[in-house]
Amino acid sequence: MMYYSRKKLALVILTCFIGLLLCLPNFMSAPSPKIPWRQVHLGLDLRGGSYLLMQVDVNTITKNRLQTLSDNIRQTLISKNLGYKNIHSSLPNHTITFTLRSPSEKEAVLKALREMPKAVMNEFNVSADNNNQIILTLSEEAMKQRASEAITQSIEIVRRRIDATGAVDPSITRQGDDRIVVQLPGISDPNRIKQLLGTTAKMTFHLLDETATNPDFPPPGVTFLPMADDPARKLPVRDHIEVDGAELTSASAGMDQQNGEYAVNFQFDTAGAQAFASVTRANVGKPFAIVLDNKVITAPVINTPITGGSGQITGHFTPQQATDLALLLRAGALPAPLKVMEERTIGPSLGLDAIKAGGISLAVGFALVIVFMLVFYGRFGFYADIALFANLILMTAILSLFQATLTLPGMAGMLLTLGMAVDANILINERIREEVRNGRNPLNALQAGFDRALSTIIDSNVTAFLSHVMLFIFGTGPVRGFALTITIGIVTTLFTTLCLSWMLIIRWYAVTRPKELPI
Amino acid sequence: MLGRPLLHLVPNGTKIHFMRGRFIGLITSAVLSIASIILFFHPGLTLGLDFRGGIVVEAQTQGPADFTKIRQELTQAHISAAGLQQFGANNSVLIRLDAPKENNAEATQTLITDVKQAILAAHDGTKIVRADAVGASVSSELFRNGLLALGLSLLMIMFYIWFRFEWEFAVSAIITLVLDLTKAIGFLVITRFEFDLVMVAALLTILGYSTNDKVVVYDRVRENLRKYHSMPIRELIDMSINETLSRTLATSATVFLAALPLALFGGASLSGFAWVMLFGIVVGTSSSIFIAAPLLLFMEEGSLRRRAKKTQ
Repeated sequence: MMYYSRKKLALVILTCFIGLLLCLPNFMSAPSPKIPWRQVHLGLDLRGGSYLLMQVDVNTITKNRLQTLSDNIRQTLISKNLGYKNIHSSLPNHTITFTLRSPSEKEAVLKALREMPKAVMNEFNVSADNNNQIILTLSEEAMKQRASEAITQSIEIVRRRIDATGAVDPSITRQGDDRIVVQLPGISDPNRIKQLLGTTAKMTFHLLDETATNPDFPPPGVTFLPMADDPARKLPVRDHIEVDGAELTSASAGMDQQNGEYAVNFQFDTAGAQAFASVTRANVGKPFAIVLDNKVITAPVINTPITGGSGQITGHFTPQQATDLALLLRAGALPAPLKVMEERTIGPSLGLDAIKAGGISLAVGFALVIVFMLVFYGRFGFYADIALFANLILMTAILSLFQATLTLPGMAGMLLTLGMAVDANILINERIREEVRNGRNPLNALQAGFDRALSTIIDSNVTAFLSHVMLFIFGTGPVRGFALTITIGIVTTLFTTLCLSWMLIIRWYAVTRPKELPI
Repeated sequence: MLGRPLLHLVPNGTKIHFMRGRFIGLITSAVLSIASIILFFHPGLTLGLDFRGGIVVEAQTQGPADFTKIRQELTQAHISAAGLQQFGANNSVLIRLDAPKENNAEATQTLITDVKQAILAAHDGTKIVRADAVGASVSSELFRNGLLALGLSLLMIMFYIWFRFEWEFAVSAIITLVLDLTKAIGFLVITRFEFDLVMVAALLTILGYSTNDKVVVYDRVRENLRKYHSMPIRELIDMSINETLSRTLATSATVFLAALPLALFGGASLSGFAWVMLFGIVVGTSSSIFIAAPLLLFMEEGSLRRRAKKTQ
């Protein structure tokens, strides 16, 4: 232990030097893009911005799935000429139930269900009871799978929508089974984003049923939907979707040539254009409703067939509304509504104050520890101080390398690490002191002191390490950032103490060969 | 400067008979912890936004804030039971509201917008410094996760000490840590610092720090158990504490010095954290000496020695 090869020496110094290099970009305002240097990310609490925790409405996904399946079953049974009664789905039970026309058809119905596409039938368990009822239950796994797909898809759409607003450096991540975390640095009023994300933006084109007049008793297959700009007015919209907004290829805000109002122009893909053309050709003179999230935006009368695959939506928009609607249509519809569960906004000035306060605390705390070590441990304390300085640099370097996010609690974690970092040095120094008191010569005292302190150092650090790893795994938000900095701090502390400062002590001993230790 | 140390924290050859005070130490600690538990139930912790749910809006008005006017605006917007307080400077306003019970996600969203508008209406040119809204369901989840993190940490620490030392050490350590934790919670109740996620981090740090301190003393006890076969356990523990006293105090001092500036200049959001830390350092250090080591005395001496020998 008392011999340090030059190779080892070089390695330790090289590590510190690399650390210093990795640390440097943090002091530049904008590191050159040519060099892959990385900076520590500042958390929203330090730079200001908005944090939104959103939840995907899993119920809607299940409801939609049950709806689609009911339709499929209906069609299958009709095509096979099998009778059914009273088909209905239950959301809380995740089931679809229907009654057979006659018990004799039971086998034929079950066979027909089994022959439905695999992709559909794999999601359900089919059972029949004694009362001629067939029950289809959505399986737990299928629901999880659907929800998971919905989250992935929602994240993609949320990203597209936010990117389109020009937000700088947004971060969109998944949390748990059904949540999305959106972080928007620099945005101190998240209202517009919240509105954008709060809209499902499912756009569909429907024909109206002009024979229906009483909103309280709509005929089958017709729903009375409110107008977007006048909810009191309700139109009888046929449930059948003539054209789906998912078939749009582009949408942009513009002006209506005729009346100068703001409008949204859109363009369909080939399939959409064909569908649009055939519907408009067959229904000239009838109103055509454009429905967005169960509200009728507009229901113009079709004057001439629209064959070019492009159209226009007008609806007394403000410029902002037109821009946002175009943006939503371009980005696509969310598979299910998103609800804001948690919102945090920190103004930029508060972030700056926090950095300043944290910086001052760090500097003063650092200085106090350095002086303490010099006063109470002399030369050995000085070596500990060098290690402490290296520790600070290495911690910053590793945080930069991982591009970890530094938060306010993270800064507190760094500060505490600095306080604890000299513990290993203190343990070694105290041991050496004891060995000197026991009458050992300097060389033996150094060696025995280090060896004996080592197991204590390992024990105390491994305990701390384990509990902070736990904290990182199970913690959320600020707790995580805190645990991360401390975990990294423990690793760098072990390195700087056991390698760097101990090496300095040994080099000093090898050069001066003192008769007694300054301890 | 780069010579001998100017000062020694603990004079060479210090021999304090800590074990004589073991009952006083344990009783004092138990009384404080029981008092803390009582405080925990009544009046209870001041839960922060993270765990209580609700809304906090911090705003900076141009010129001194007119609280009567803000209150009027809030009443006009049908916002009731708003906690309204000055926060630092006289142009700084803090508005708190509990989470609406019905339909929490959307109602909370509407509410935060209304609050912002109300304060903007009361004072032109007001800057919203911070606006947080946490739904009731999220807050209870955060609370559960926070407690889970605390519990798991305790468990991990116990298993590690059990694995590295012996169960006697693990049990003593856990009892001490629980005593430390309860006192920190009592401190939180008395000081009325808001208990939020950052405070959970503070409690965990105290846990980590305190364990660290105990492991060092235990390490020495174990070493001495192997070295001095015939020394009475009481003397042996006294000796171990004395031998590690200098280190215990020095490390406490450095951690204390590092956290002190944070308490003094850390700003509103971190000073609470730092004060709890400082309290925890004092409690953790004293419990290493007066609780954790004495508890070992109550364990069976014979088994301690046998085990120490076995693991030699």
